[in-house]
Amino acid sequence: MTTKNTILFSLISSFFLIFLISIWKILATLQGLSINSFNIEIIFIFGLLISLAQLGIGDRIKSIYKSIIFSAIFVFCDVYLIQKLPIWYNVGVFLILYFFTNKISKYTFIALKEEHSTQVILFDFLTLFGILFFSFVILFPFYMMLVTSFKTQIALLVNPLDFSINFGQDLKDLFKSYFVIFKSYKFGKYIVISTIVSVGTVIITLLFAIPAAYAVARLNFFGKTFLSTSILIIYMFPAIVLVIPLYTIFSQLGLRNSIEGLLIVYTATTLPVAIYMLQGYFKSIPKELEEAAILDKLSWFGIITKIIIPLSIPAISSVALYVFMIAWNEFLFSLMFLDNPNSFTLSRAIQYLSGDAETPRQYLMAGSVVVTLPVLFIFVYFEKYLVSGLTAGSVKG
Amino acid sequence: MNDTLANTEKKTAYILTLPAVLLVFSIILFPIFANIWISFKEVELKDIRIPEPRAKKIIKSISEEPTKIKILYKLRNSSLIQEIRNVSFQDNFPKNFEIENLDPRCSYKKYNLKCEFGNWPAKYKENFQVIFVTNDGSKIDKKKLKSIKPKLDGKSDNILLNTNFTLKNFKKVLFENEFIDLLLTTFYYTFFGTVGSIVFGILTAQMVNQKFYGRTFMRSVLLFPYVAPVVALAYTWELLLDPNSGTLNSLLLNYQIIETPINLLGQKYIEISILGFDFKLRLALTTVIMFEIWRYFPLAFLFILARLQAIPKELYEAADVDGASPFQKFFNITLPQITAVISILFMIRFIWNFNKFEDVFLLTGGASGTRTLPINVYQQGFAISDIGMGSAVSIVIVVLLLMFMFFYFKLLGKRVDDN
Repeated sequence: MTTKNTILFSLISSFFLIFLISIWKILATLQGLSINSFNIEIIFIFGLLISLAQLGIGDRIKSIYKSIIFSAIFVFCDVYLIQKLPIWYNVGVFLILYFFTNKISKYTFIALKEEHSTQVILFDFLTLFGILFFSFVILFPFYMMLVTSFKTQIALLVNPLDFSINFGQDLKDLFKSYFVIFKSYKFGKYIVISTIVSVGTVIITLLFAIPAAYAVARLNFFGKTFLSTSILIIYMFPAIVLVIPLYTIFSQLGLRNSIEGLLIVYTATTLPVAIYMLQGYFKSIPKELEEAAILDKLSWFGIITKIIIPLSIPAISSVALYVFMIAWNEFLFSLMFLDNPNSFTLSRAIQYLSGDAETPRQYLMAGSVVVTLPVLFIFVYFEKYLVSGLTAGSVKG
Repeated sequence: MNDTLANTEKKTAYILTLPAVLLVFSIILFPIFANIWISFKEVELKDIRIPEPRAKKIIKSISEEPTKIKILYKLRNSSLIQEIRNVSFQDNFPKNFEIENLDPRCSYKKYNLKCEFGNWPAKYKENFQVIFVTNDGSKIDKKKLKSIKPKLDGKSDNILLNTNFTLKNFKKVLFENEFIDLLLTTFYYTFFGTVGSIVFGILTAQMVNQKFYGRTFMRSVLLFPYVAPVVALAYTWELLLDPNSGTLNSLLLNYQIIETPINLLGQKYIEISILGFDFKLRLALTTVIMFEIWRYFPLAFLFILARLQAIPKELYEAADVDGASPFQKFFNITLPQITAVISILFMIRFIWNFNKFEDVFLLTGGASGTRTLPINVYQQGFAISDIGMGSAVSIVIVVLLLMFMFFYFKLLGKRVDDN
């Protein structure tokens, strides 16, 4: 049992080491270093040796010293056996090795003898591997988006793998793509339009949704169940099916290429979600408060503005943030309804920019950064509110 | 007393819900019925513009006669296919203008030129010319003259409102245009996209459900692809996967993993041999599905994570006492607890992926074997400009969706009964 586990452990940890070093090498390559091989075999042997040595030494040396010693040996061999690279690369390798040896230092011969230790090892390493893998896969495109926007076309043609940013240069040169898209491609205007459309959608949606949600949550009326089920069904309905009729109707009414047209469509598509989320929250507000208000002869308008809204500020703000994000990210309707560059939203403007094959890619990426940043900022800043809402099934996509 | 109270309650409820209901019904339900109507018609993009009578005003001075001016109106029917009836024309002039040659169709009263042009057939064009003289001998201000715009009016049929119906669109959709291929592509895209995002969702949720340093940060990061705008993400991926100077191909070439760049988004098939079996993989479609999974697994992740955190800890503690292995715990405790969420997720994602348009459109535009039904709606309706065909394809989508929902709920209902 122990032999089998030992072999398994050292194999898995070597693969894990290979994975770590490979990611580091990819990132280093993208900084312009010329690394042409992963040297998988050498690192595999090192991984095996380190994990076996780790098992052999066990608790006889303090784990900090153990980690430092292993890492130093590895870096030393890496420099002399494989290739000489700048010092920051080696520091990175050292830190990775330190992290790696720290992670495996809890495995000893005693631990390997325990029941199910094979599966425990597999599970642990899979989790570790998963965390790193998913972080890399998700963040990599965002990272590339950001660094590409700081490069120039010529630099990327000379070496398509060199994404290092020269911070020594003038700020004007560094942010050149951003200056260009704001100056020549009118991105300032598109930001304003996108903001107007998104904020407008939020306001109109809330104006319509709060009374409706209150009625669904509190009042008894004929057709209530029908209404609340149709809200959910409409929520599932595909936007692509609405596009052609809306296009024809909007063309004939002259609503295409107008902010009003977009506002109407965005409000209608976000209303079902907003009502659904809000009525759930309104139901949780104690009824007694309203009963007191009815005795005070407050009208429904008074009840909503004086009792319901002040009590449900958190829910209303999370709905508002969602609706904002949906409207900001929306692409299909803005593609269909806008074809005059004077009324583009940000998403549509970027798509329009990409339609021209001559557009340098760093401009495209600068535009993408501009459209992505506000949403990510809102999301990270208000994450607590938003995550609970997301599970309520609010963002459609 | 109680009755009137119930009545006022009802009234209030209708007042409160009416604005929202009206808006949603007019923008979402009405178009669905309009779609059925349009799908039985032969309508093209150019037909939906209502024909308009138009006039372009051109002012020409007559040489050596500063008090005289020639005004040329280029009249035309904006439509290439439809006639406009009873066209009327109006234009105003400054108060010292006298007309020299009055067209028999027109009248000039109080410095206002009025004409009745009768019916204009499709593509109608006419150069209509009038000459004016100032009666007090003053010079003519051409700019001011130009700033006054003529008014035209006329009646025409709206092609959408007549009652000529045809089955041609549906015939074309179902029997031409490689309908089976389209359906299969859509099905592959939807099915593998859905299953992939759920599998990744389970893996990541299981991962984040364990304790480790930076867990909340990880949770936000995992949701990034879902909350970021699709336009930005699609172009970033396109850039990464570009065959000429894309980062992925450059990396693979640099590490000598491939010898020639692979066009991941532009190549329909790639030949792969595994264990001596050669088979063709739909390369572009696979890449698009990968993007789909990458972008939408966060939703599955969130739902499953929420469910995982609600599983009582006692279950796992009891399993530990019984000496269960991690895999046994996963398959016997975790998985049964999340099947309900997974079945809901499967339905939601299946429906939404089935209708997904933006992702494929932005990545490939439907080229190299990635044409799905929603893309076809766009291509028929706007690229080929056949609105009727586009509508017919969207009706097919709705019918397929309704069928899917019907069978899904039937199956689900059966399973619930069995339990």
